Order: sequence, then structure tokens, then C-alpha cells
Amino acid sequence: MRHTLAVLVENRPGVLVHISGLIARRAFNIESITAGYTEEADITRITIVVEGDNRSLEQVVNQLSKLVDVIKIVELTSEPSIERELALIKVKANPETRSDIVDIVEIFRAKIVDVNRETMVIELTGEETKIDALCEVLKDHGIVEMVRTGKVALSRRPGAAKETE
Amino acid sequence: MKMTGAQAVVASLQEEGVDLIFGYPGGQVIPLYDALYDSSLRHILTRHEQGAAHAADGYARATGKVGVCIATSGPGATNLITGIANAYMDSVPMVCITGQVPLSVIGKDSFQEADITGITAPITKHNYLVKKASDLPRIIKEAFHIARTGRPGPVVVDVPKDIFTTTIDFEYPKEVRLRGYAPVFEGKSSEVDAVAQAIAEANKPLFFIGGGVGAAGASQDFLRLVEKYQIPVISSLMGLGAIATTHPMHLGMVGMHGTVAANKAVMECDLLVGIGVRFDDRVTGLIARFAPKAKVAHLDIDPAEVNKNVFTHLRVIGDLQWSLPALEASLRKIFVEGQRSGGWIQEVTRWKEESPVAYQKSDDIIKPQFVIEELARLTGGKAVVATDVGQHQMWTAQFFPFHQPRTLITSGGLGTMGYGLPAAIGAQLGQPDELVLLVTGDGSILMNCQEIATAVEHRLPIKVAIMNNNVLGMVRQWQKMFFNQRYSHTRFANGGTDYVKLAEAFGATGLRAETPADVPAIIAKALETEGPVFMDFRVSDDENVLPMVPAGAPLDQIIEEVD
Repeated sequence: MRHTLAVLVENRPGVLVHISGLIARRAFNIESITAGYTEEADITRITIVVEGDNRSLEQVVNQLSKLVDVIKIVELTSEPSIERELALIKVKANPETRSDIVDIVEIFRAKIVDVNRETMVIELTGEETKIDALCEVLKDHGIVEMVRTGKVALSRRPGAAKETE
Repeated sequence: MKMTGAQAVVASLQEEGVDLIFGYPGGQVIPLYDALYDSSLRHILTRHEQGAAHAADGYARATGKVGVCIATSGPGATNLITGIANAYMDSVPMVCITGQVPLSVIGKDSFQEADITGITAPITKHNYLVKKASDLPRIIKEAFHIARTGRPGPVVVDVPKDIFTTTIDFEYPKEVRLRGYAPVFEGKSSEVDAVAQAIAEANKPLFFIGGGVGAAGASQDFLRLVEKYQIPVISSLMGLGAIATTHPMHLGMVGMHGTVAANKAVMECDLLVGIGVRFDDRVTGLIARFAPKAKVAHLDIDPAEVNKNVFTHLRVIGDLQWSLPALEASLRKIFVEGQRSGGWIQEVTRWKEESPVAYQKSDDIIKPQFVIEELARLTGGKAVVATDVGQHQMWTAQFFPFHQPRTLITSGGLGTMGYGLPAAIGAQLGQPDELVLLVTGDGSILMNCQEIATAVEHRLPIKVAIMNNNVLGMVRQWQKMFFNQRYSHTRFANGGTDYVKLAEAFGATGLRAETPADVPAIIAKALETEGPVFMDFRVSDDENVLPMVPAGAPLDQIIEEVD
């Protein structure tokens, strides 16, 4: 099964290398990893989606916790949380197909952020499955290239991850 | 107080109580060596950086203190790598200070530049690249704290040359503040109670100890448990000496070259309590058939070790100095004398008596096992014994009696040939009043024989037994047993090296034994000779380490004889 981990780390040079290196050398199965600033300047939050049974999840969490720069790890799969991913999709669009694509974009509540004579760029934020679905539909028009951020997630509970036990 | 970065490093080391460091100078650490020139810190110049790393490791294992080594950037630092990996695998506390090219030229493929924090990330507990000179005292404080607390391990501090020469206001921090690092000393008493309950209920309980027992200084606590509750003990290589291997409850080493009794006990026990161990594959054999009838409990400081290799039913996370006394206290409340249905002790004792480790004795040719028995006899077993890696290492584990923790200095996890001599040097410098023996092979000794010069320079009275068989014995044994006796590149041709002359070339004493009758006299002579002595034992080249469980086989597939 898939697990989403929020990993709070010291915002220091080399910390991402430590984390990605550990994941690679312990042969953990990672689906996505994203990192960014948080409300505290010296803390970076890394969201990792890991595939595996409970025992391998335990190993991932325990091994990552051993890294000195890792402050806290919270498993978000086991609690109510909001999960989002952002995608930018460049799709082939000529004057004949544009309106069809605009319809699709509306249905998905996505946004068209750029247009030229041959292509359009669509932005969509949502759960992974929704992005998958949009991509599936856009395939008919021809996806030129795309980029996805990987999942980020936040607990619905009132407190912050850094304060949980 | 104003001082340079280099002086700050020296001052910080002194603040940490360091009295001995090992190292080798080079371009980027000249400023650091310049600061050492004026200091009272004792520095041992090894003849290779790898020697410095292993010597710091041997020093740390023999004393329990943090070993410190220094190397320059690039090749100096990369020469430490094997030593760092070795210390990491065996959880040895070390701080390694490496020089680095100046900040302004990092990343430019500068002369003698290597990304040492990148290279050592997988083999250190933590590492630092110092980017601000004023951070030096804090970083060194943290490095020592991380190296020696929790599960110990090596820490690398990489210092660019211009950091050494920058002037800073030196003030050594009083405490360490690390949000992401808080090893648990005292864990949950509920976890302890659950293990106590399991012990009380078990009919065939078995303690399995590793390097953690000695490292934690918990040997006495453990011994009390064993004696009070009469529970047999098996040990990993790293756990030998935690309690005396001659103790009636001790069944010996477990695993690939473990005793028949220890391996049988794993197969038959109904509760296996691992203490300060990591269930290495050389111990477990086939995981699926490891302790098949047992519930497994695991006491360790490192939560990541629990459930890593072997499925664990019960865990106690915390320092053994806390958990073992807590376990005893918990057992005292619930254990009723005689409630264990009998026969287990008798059973394991019978196995032990029926199948002791043994070898075919000879009057004509020197058997390496005989040399180790004689070393034990003539020293009364009172020695710190370093080994290299190979057959001689396993024979030492099998035939030398270890009575105390920190008396077996051996590369357990990484299995580093060439470790022994520099490690023995570190151990002897750390324990100047102890007799230090090194048991090595002709393959291993050549891998770091340049360190004979270091031993001679400091007149270290290390007594070295070279099991000289002209072959790489352990590989040859595998070729014999599993590769149809195809001895591919395991013989040192041309009669090998003259180890007596080798020792003499460096200014050490060399002795040779050619027949079994020579052995006691040569050992006795070595023991009464001052300074380092190298004994060249011309041993049988067709000797096998037995018993043996083939790699990946269950522990009841024991080979006790080879044609």
C-alpha cells in the first residue's frame, strides 16, 4: 500500500542528498518526493510517497529518523489529510481542437495558462487521480510534454505536524 | 578569545578531552598541523591514512573513547573511507577531520579535491562541511556528541583550508542543541515488562548478545540476568567478551562459523532475546528458518534495527544500561523459581559437550588453531586481541577465550583485511599497560604492513602472530567447498614473502616457527622481547574453518567435516 510521509528537516545544505541517498541505498520504493519551505525559515518540509507493507514503512521511517537533520516524520495516510499535486501539461492545440480542449479544461476546473499557434499549456491542481484522469483525456489531443510536482499533503487536524507526538 | 580556525579545532579537541589523535598531513591541513605543532595533543603519524582511520577505530574499541583521525583533502580523505565504513558497520565512535580545498574553489575539480561529505554520507552517522569558521566549535562539539551517544558511529568534519586560517572569537559551546537528534536512553517500562513476561513463560529461552552489550558498558548487568535466571547465551562475533566465553552458560559464537550448540539452540529455542545485536546475515543464515520455533524479542538502542532483518515480536528501545537492570527488576516481580519446565539447560550443555570446536592435531605441521590455543595458554588469555579478516579471525573467535569486553578488536561487519595491525596500534596506545596481540594472516598483514613502521617508531610491544599459509585461506576454503576446488588466484606464488625480514626491514623483531614444537618457544620468546615482534608461523595451507553453515542456509545445515 501507499503511504504519505511528511518529513520535517533542517534547512541545511546536503540534507536532500542525505535523504535521497538513504532512500536509494536502502532500496526503498519511493513514488514521489517533493520539498519546499515552511512557515519556519530553517525548516524544510519533504513529502514522500512510499510504496510498501507496514514493515517496510516502519523501516523507512526508522532509518530516515536516524538522520541527524530529520526533525520529525508524520505519517499522513493514517489520518485525515488534504493531498494535492500540481501539473503543467503542454498539449497540441490547433484552431479546430482548441474549443474541445477548453471544454475539457472547464470540466476539470483546470486553467489554461499559455496558448500559441500549436499548443496550449494547462495548469491543474488536485489529487493525483484527477490529474491522471485529465492526462488520459488529453492524450487524444497529444501531450507534448508535462511536469508534475509530486504530492504534497497537510493534515486536517488543528495542530501542526511538528507538534505531534 | 581570538584564534585561527586551526587553533579552534585543536582547542575544541582538547575541550572534548581528546589526548591522542592519528593522522597524516597534506596540503590542505598544513594550517591544522601548524596549530598542532604548538599544542600538547599527542599526534601519531601513521604511514597511510587508512592506518590512521583503523588506529583511531582500534583505540576507540579498546578504550570506549572517541577515536580521532586527521587527513588532508582528496586522496588523504578517500584513504580514510575503508576505515570510516569499518567503524560505521561496527558502531565505533570516531571523529574524522578532513582538509578540503578553499571554499572559493570547491566544485571546480581543484587539485586534491574530493566531495568527501558526499562520499561519506552512506558510511557516517553524520557529516559536516564547514562553511563558516565561527561554526567550528559548535560543529566539533556536535560531532563528538553524535559520535559517542546513542548508537555510536563515525562523524566526518570536512574543513576547507581558508576556514583553518580565518580568525574567530573562540568560545566552546556548553551544550548541544540538535532538534533532530535525541537518542532514547530510558525507554518504555511496558516494553520491558512484556519481555520479562515472555522470559517467565518460556521453556527454552535464549539470550543472543552482540557488540552493543560491551559498547553500552552493560556486561555486569547482563551477567547478573544470566546467572540469576539461568538462561543460556549465544554471541555474535562482536559480542565475544561481553561476558566470559568460558562461562558455563555461554554456548559460544552463533552463525556461519558458530558452535554446533549455539546454532542448535537457535533452532530449538522458544524465545530468542537479541541484545545489542543487528541480526547480521552471517548470524542468521536463511532468515526464513532462523529461530523457527521462537518468539523474538529485541533490546537495542537503535529503533531501526528492530524488525529490519528478523521479524520481531517484542522490542525494548533504549540504552542497555537502563533496559537490562529494568528487565531484571521486572523479572524479579514475576519469576517464580522452578516454574520453567526443566531440561533446557541440560540439553544445551549436552550439545556443548558433544560438539566442541575442534581440529585435527598434528605433530608435523603447524595447525593455526594450535597456535591460537598456545597464545591463549601462554598469556593466560589475558590480552587484548586484535585480528585481521579471514580464517585466522574465525579461529581466534573459536579458540581464544575472551573474558572481558573490549578485548577482541576485530572488523565484524565490514570484514576489512588490513584492519588488524593499525587497529592493534590504536588499541596498544589506548591501553598501554595491556598485552596486545594481533592474530593475522599473510594476506591481511600485507595490506597495511607499512604500519610496522608506526609500531616501531613508538616502540609498541604488540606481538603479532602471522598465520602464514601462502594462500588466501578463507577464499580458498570456499573454492574448495563450493567451487570444485578451482583455486583461482588464491595462492601467493614464489613461496610468499619473508616476514621475518619484512619485520627486520622496519626495525622490528621477526621470529619464525616451522614445526609445532617451535610454537610455544617462539611465543614465549616474543612475549619476553621488547617492542613489536612479528611471528611467522608456517601453518598448514589446507585447513578449514569448521563448523560451517553455508551462506544462505539454515543454521541446522552444519558442515562439521570436509575431506
